[in-house]
Amino acid sequence: MMTNEDFKIKIAGLVPSAIFDETGEWLNVLVDFSFFRSMVQQLRSDNDTNLDYLFCLTCIDWKTHLTVVYHLSSAAFRHNIVVKVNLDRNNPEIETVCDIWRGAELFEREVYEMFGVTFLNHPDLRRLILPDEWNGWPLRKDYEDPINMIKL
Amino acid sequence: MFEEIGITQEGDLMINVGPQHPATHGVLHLVLTLNGEIIKKVDPHLGYIHRSIEKMCESLSYRQFIYVTSRMDYLSAHINNHACALCVEKGLKVEVPLRAQYIRVIMDELTRIASHELWWSAMSMDLGAFTPYFLAFRERERINEIMEETCGARLTMNYMVPGGVMTDLHPDFQKKVKTFIQQYKLRIHEYKELITGNVIFQNRMKGVGYLSKEDAISYGCTGPVARASGVKSDIRKIAPYDVYDKVDFNEVIETGGDCFTRYQVRIEEMNESIRIIEQLIDNIPEGDIQAKTKAVLKLPKGEFYQRVETARGELGVYIVSEGAAQPYRIKFRSPGFSNMSALDHMVRGSKIGDFIATMGTLDLVIPDIDR
Repeated sequence: MMTNEDFKIKIAGLVPSAIFDETGEWLNVLVDFSFFRSMVQQLRSDNDTNLDYLFCLTCIDWKTHLTVVYHLSSAAFRHNIVVKVNLDRNNPEIETVCDIWRGAELFEREVYEMFGVTFLNHPDLRRLILPDEWNGWPLRKDYEDPINMIKL
Repeated sequence: MFEEIGITQEGDLMINVGPQHPATHGVLHLVLTLNGEIIKKVDPHLGYIHRSIEKMCESLSYRQFIYVTSRMDYLSAHINNHACALCVEKGLKVEVPLRAQYIRVIMDELTRIASHELWWSAMSMDLGAFTPYFLAFRERERINEIMEETCGARLTMNYMVPGGVMTDLHPDFQKKVKTFIQQYKLRIHEYKELITGNVIFQNRMKGVGYLSKEDAISYGCTGPVARASGVKSDIRKIAPYDVYDKVDFNEVIETGGDCFTRYQVRIEEMNESIRIIEQLIDNIPEGDIQAKTKAVLKLPKGEFYQRVETARGELGVYIVSEGAAQPYRIKFRSPGFSNMSALDHMVRGSKIGDFIATMGTLDLVIPDIDR
């Protein structure tokens, strides 16, 4: 079991530019997308962190940029951290993690169809819930659909 | 059954299971690639009951959005509501009265039993046994009656609100729950006599749909599916909420990883739920059922994540708040979604009959997957 301080030391050693936020329940780590994949791969294989359980993968549209959010945990130690990556809204691209956590495959497909985030090297990046010919990214804040959307 | 047969270039047969197929328990559409009777690939096509609950919640207030979540996993409606209520309370830093906490946990466990009863009956029917359906519905009906008396509804109760529960218990509640427990203990033996020891059933289940511990973790499986593979994943133990830390119960863990183990875990979990209810039912403290909250709830700016253990596994509610009366973004991490993602891995190389058995023991609820 690692504390937030342990995590901070470990992650700062891997990615010196990582930004930490401890206001929430768990430690939040904001990293640049170019360091992201190598960092989570290290955290997954490291025996102390052993983050083998990705329990939530989602995205938030902040109107200026997109943030992909990874909730990571360890099945053995049960410590949790949240990894966030900011992406450009016009051309959101990030490397896939579905070879690290296989459950990520469907999560990433859902984020792709709802937010338009392209996961590089994903084996099968298609729409999952919506029809294949769907236009637009429904969970983005500027999405308008006069036919299917009910405004409350 | 909606059926469309096509042959791929490699000579494999593609068949559609669903979206209107009794074995998928709802509108799940799976495209199976077969070589003879051996499954090579399962490709899920979701969205037949997608209502975009996450988008809808962005325009609903913190009191209103809870009602929508009853429609996700309709068999664990209470527990979904509970998760949302807890998440809002976490943001508001509200202390829930002890009476409400007791009531919530009892309701959760009754829901869990009702859900497992339905799973047991539906799974048995998938495998060709029809009598279990009537037996399990006999018990489940008692729970529905108890719910109806107190909550006013049988399936989508909407009973839990931020700060507590909506109304006080019906005067007959305790008496009826105790009668139910008595009857249940007499009748659980019938389940074992009818199905558990049955040779045909065991042949269909043992060694089928194997999921190793590493794979269960990697796919993010939770609930009875993960616990049958030896993963300690019970949120009631890992991060206890309400009065779960005050009751004595065992986390059912088995290491078989096959369909029969998943079956045993669920049956054992029902007994543990009964144990929890027995400890609480006589000790419900007097007092308020709701904490005092403002009419319009506004969560402070920040992010809140609440996990609970539904009948199917770990449900996560992730609220991103900008300080307004509506959430900025809500994500529901549903247990069925992750459990289903392991289906392809579990049935590759096995036969169609084994696929049906594996589907049955995954206990998928489709509205929970699609949201």
